[in-house]
Order: sequence, then C-alpha cells, then structure tokens
Amino acid sequence: MPVINVEELTDLDKAKMEVTQLKTEVKLERAKVSKCCEEISEYIQSGADEDPLVKGIPEEKNPFKEKGGCVIC
Amino acid sequence: MGEMEQMKKEAEALKTQIEAARKAVHDTDMASAAAGVAPAPQVQLKTRKTLKGHLAKIYAMHWSTDNRLMVSASQDGKLLIWDSHSGNKVNAVPLKSSWVMTCAYAPSGNLVASGGLDNMCTVYNLKTPVIKTVKELDAHTGYLSCARFLSDTEILTSSGDTTCALWDLETGKQKTVFLNHVGDCMCLSLSPDMNSFVSGACDSLAKLWDVRDGQCKQTFQGHTSDINAISFIPSGNAIITGSDDCTCKMYDIRADQEVICYQDAALNSGVTSLALSTSGRLIFAGYDDFNCNIWDSLKGEKVGVLSGHDNRVSCTGVPEDGMCVCTGSWDSFLKIWN
Repeated sequence: MPVINVEELTDLDKAKMEVTQLKTEVKLERAKVSKCCEEISEYIQSGADEDPLVKGIPEEKNPFKEKGGCVIC
Repeated sequence: MGEMEQMKKEAEALKTQIEAARKAVHDTDMASAAAGVAPAPQVQLKTRKTLKGHLAKIYAMHWSTDNRLMVSASQDGKLLIWDSHSGNKVNAVPLKSSWVMTCAYAPSGNLVASGGLDNMCTVYNLKTPVIKTVKELDAHTGYLSCARFLSDTEILTSSGDTTCALWDLETGKQKTVFLNHVGDCMCLSLSPDMNSFVSGACDSLAKLWDVRDGQCKQTFQGHTSDINAISFIPSGNAIITGSDDCTCKMYDIRADQEVICYQDAALNSGVTSLALSTSGRLIFAGYDDFNCNIWDSLKGEKVGVLSGHDNRVSCTGVPEDGMCVCTGSWDSFLKIWN
C-alpha cells in the first residue's frame, strides 16, 4: 500500500477525493426507512428478554454485588 | 472555471442527488415506527463497585471478552488491568508516554494496546512472566484516538491525522490506510462480522469502511460538531453516534440515513462516550456534565441516569454478557453499575 502523506494533500486533492467518494455513494441502493426500522425494532425487542440491564439481575446471580455485611431491604 | 470551482460544483450536484435519494426512502422514522412498542422500564442502576487506583484523569476503558477483566488508561501514565468482580488490580503497565487517549483488550485476552499524543499504538503481551511491549506501531502523524484488536495479529486505529489504519502486528506495519475524513478521527467501532467498521470524526461525519479493501462505502451526516463516540448495534444494521453537539443519533446502514436523534433541551453538554446493552435497547451515553444518561434506543426517551462521578464521564463500556455497565471519569475513578 503506498504511503499517503496526509500533510501533503492540497485543498484540490481533498476536493477531488470528495467528488470521487460522492460518485460512489450516489450509486447506493437505499432501503425504505420503515422496513429498516421495523427490522431493527424486532431484533432489539427479541433480545430484550435476555438483556440483564433491561430485565434486572437477581441479587444472588449478581457477580458484582458486595459480599457479606447486612442488606437493608 | 477553475478546477476547484468545478470540483465544488460537481460535489454540490452529487450531494443534492444523494439527499433526494435518501428523502425518497424516508417514509417514517424510528420513533414513529416504534410507536406501538412498550417503553423500556425506567432504569435504576446502583454502583456496585468503585475502582480506585488511578491518580489522574481516566481517558479510556475496555472490557476483556471474559466479562471479568478490564483495562483502563489514565494520564497518570498507567494502564491498569482490573478484576471487576473483586475490584482488585491484577496488573499495572507503565506507559512511556503519559498522554494516553485510548486502550484496548484483544479478544484472546493475551494483549492490550494503548496510544495517545505520542501518535503511536503500543501493544503489550500480558501473558509473559513480566509484561512486555511487543510492538510500537509508528506511522500516524497525529494523535491516536482509538484502537481495537481484530485478533492477536491485526489492530485497527483511528488518528488525529484524519486517517484510520489496519496494522499487521507481526510486521508492525500498516496493511491498509483509510483516508476520506477531513477532520481528526475520534472513534471507531468494528461490525459484529468484522468485515467493516465505522469511524466518527471532527468533520461531524461518520463513515462506514470495508476492512479488507480500504474503501469508504457510506457517509452519515447530521451531527453539527465532532463525533466522539460510535458503536454498531448488535445486529450490525445500524450505528449509534455521540457528539459534541450534545446529541446521539442512530443511523441505519441500509437506509443510509439518520432514523432517530437522542436529545433533550435540558442537556447542553457534549457526549464523550457510549455503550449499548446486549440487546441494543439501552444506550449508555457519557456526557461532559459528569453524568451518564440512559436512552431507550427505540423510543428516543431518556429512561435513567447514572450520577456519581465528580467530573466528566470520559468512557463507558458494557461487557459481552451485558451484566453491568462501567463508567470511567476524569475524577480518576471507574464505577461498575447494574
């Protein structure tokens, strides 16, 4: 891989880089936001039951709880 | 027309086309799509451990994949390896340069890395009888803001020189340089399948890259200031970003746009760090105002806050098993909450 010296990039180099990148991105196929959000929402909800920070951790299964001493309920 | 003028004109035309394409698929947003979802319960987490040992501001922390050990980096010039269950320090690694900004734990647990204003990423072997420096990765021309191991033989770095790089740890050389940002790169996150990563920068953009071919695939706009924190959601189809503009955002990769913004009029501090719970439902975002706010990723609402630090929360991390969240602060302490 050629060594790119970032310090030597001129404003024109950067402008050309931007245009090249935009030409790549303009070709992207974009999915409908509704479909994407539905999938993300389903994925996240399906994991929530197993998510200890969402559902809570019973005291006896908590590896970080303080050991010994009195517990004020 | 000069070449520069021409480039600018072409760029504007392409940006207009891209905005139109994004608008064409923007038939809703996440909060509306998730309107029927029950809100996440109010989250009240307690501090289970306060890890004391650093003598100066903590800048970074990273969990080991064993869910128990973690590494933290402080400008007291040390990396500390902690056993989070006992709260004990397992190892201390003295740094050549105390101006550390990032640390990372290799998935194997064998190596850790650090880097900062020395512009280098230094890799240490934790498993030799005495902790040894195994490589000094020296090629960036700006500070090292973030590092993440792909394995014991490859590491990704982001730098203030505006590039990210993939390094071969056997040769110590850069295999690939990722150049497209026009501002300091501040953070990076590897996709769950490790074929791509996203970077956030001071140009207020997040970019998606192919790890192997070095190409920038997509650019996400919307933030109005530096992006300091970034993470893929567990499915790999969206990313969460945190910025100095005081907001976090979720961008969907397939829709190529922002789908929800996590903001509150009362919040006027920048976001320094973020971590997700295992399902992705909760976002733990650390702010300059000393708090870590907890957001419901689907509804966009704040569902809790972790208060307890006496200075900026600089780093947050959730281990793979999701059993807690760790916050690190400029107050020199790390706290474990669940």
